[in-house]
Amino acid sequence: MIPIVVAADVRKAFGSVQALDGVSIEIPAGQVMCIVGPSGSGKSTLLRCINQLERIDSGAIWVDGELIGYRRVGDKLYELTDAEIARQRLTSGMVFQRFNLFQHMTALENIIEGPVTVQKRRRRDAVDEAVALLERVGLGAKRDSYPSELSGGQQQRVAIARALAMKPKLMLFDEPTSALDPELVGEVLSVMRDLASSGMTMIVVTHELGFAREVANEVVFMDRGAIVERGSPQEVLVHPQQQRTRDFIAAVLA
Amino acid sequence: MSSAAAQSASGSGPKAERFDPSIAHLTHVPRRHYGRWIASLLILIVFAYVAKAFAEGQIDWKVVGQFFTAQSILSGLGNTIIMTICAMALGIALGVLFAIMVMSPNPVLKGVAVFYIWFFRGTPLLLQLLIWFNLALVFPRIGIPGLFEARMVDVMTPFVATLLGLGINQGAYTAEVVRSGILSVDVGQTEAAKSIGMTRLTTLRRIILPQAMRVIIPPVGNEVISMVKLTSIASVIGYAEVLRNAQTIYYANARVIELLIVAAAWYLMIVTVLSVGQHFLERYFAKGQSRRKTRPAARPTLES
Repeated sequence: MIPIVVAADVRKAFGSVQALDGVSIEIPAGQVMCIVGPSGSGKSTLLRCINQLERIDSGAIWVDGELIGYRRVGDKLYELTDAEIARQRLTSGMVFQRFNLFQHMTALENIIEGPVTVQKRRRRDAVDEAVALLERVGLGAKRDSYPSELSGGQQQRVAIARALAMKPKLMLFDEPTSALDPELVGEVLSVMRDLASSGMTMIVVTHELGFAREVANEVVFMDRGAIVERGSPQEVLVHPQQQRTRDFIAAVLA
Repeated sequence: MSSAAAQSASGSGPKAERFDPSIAHLTHVPRRHYGRWIASLLILIVFAYVAKAFAEGQIDWKVVGQFFTAQSILSGLGNTIIMTICAMALGIALGVLFAIMVMSPNPVLKGVAVFYIWFFRGTPLLLQLLIWFNLALVFPRIGIPGLFEARMVDVMTPFVATLLGLGINQGAYTAEVVRSGILSVDVGQTEAAKSIGMTRLTTLRRIILPQAMRVIIPPVGNEVISMVKLTSIASVIGYAEVLRNAQTIYYANARVIELLIVAAAWYLMIVTVLSVGQHFLERYFAKGQSRRKTRPAARPTLES
């Protein structure tokens, strides 16, 4: 299996807090991987490093076969420019906990912004695709609504459509349902389930253990900036080997 | 009391008959605000007194009417408006530029911008105007060697000196307004823009500045209105704006108050028109923000 993401001994500190303490992982393409763990375990930081929203202190990350953030010359890694990093980010799409839809744009405008402004595609083609994407996430009627007129669940579905419009090879979800009212979680998970069954590679940081058990091919448990346990949902979530994993699952289910 | 209210609200229970439903059709009479009536009366009396004083005072209203549309006043008015537009355009351009520089990670750019804001906010505008106008005393000649050269007194006309003085000074204030506008936009917006592959500059242009406008417009509107009036201090270096021309007339005919009233009336008119324009501009840039449902009162607005 070809890995879409490879991380090698990645370290990242925020002040005195070591958010990632030497993380190494290979994530295969075409699979859904869920990352679970207590808050502050570094799972969101790992996701943000993969999309270069955070710069790593040391180590290396490859996305789709390309070293990200740096160019290797001899035995040194030179930092890339703003434009090169922007181009590398096109490989992955990101969905945020707080949706982060552009507040001054309608749902449709949010979705076509990337294709038109960044990828310089024809506006009419972008609109056609955006309308199809809105239908796919069940929001065809909301194309002209501003984010402030949509519920949290609807906003998150538009955000997923916005990320998909860039035709990424990989989708990153950073706690996509954590900011939602309980009754709105289902609609977002259902869109993600459809996406998974279409074969999209997904890395999902989540607290929804039910979703992880049902949809994930693999589950990773992280704690204190390190990967504690990795395996099938059955192995990690039902029969965890490590005490820390058992404690976490017990705490979540309690 | 509260249990009775709860009972009547639920509309059930055996005690509900104690209430008399027949009064439901009676007319409701709003509370009378006697305090407001008294206050209005007092203000009317004061207002009538002031109006009477002006009507009987030594003001020749015919002179006011006669000079209201005098050639010299109208051309001064034109110069006031032109200077307001030019100085404000320069001020906003410099303000955006220096706001971005202040927030830049580049320490050289940041240092330059901090110095600019410190210097031009820290000295009186009148003093800056005098320095620009008298720059020929320090630099008699200006130019790029081999390309062009000119005498500073020819370049630094009252118009140029006023434009530089007002515009550069304004830029220092507008920079702070623009900076606060940019800071008001959630960092999540920048992250989302990055995640769809935007560069820093595109993010600023497409995502951040359009949303910052909502916060920037009200104070900049205020600044445009102040600028209209600030142009009057250019009268000291001989720029022929409306106050300067009114003064020139009253030096000749001694109708001081009459001509000051003419100038005041014109300033009020410009400012009134601008206030209406500001209202529509604010409404335009509030799109997508005014009907916030999911996160009510996310950010209190400080609009005057």
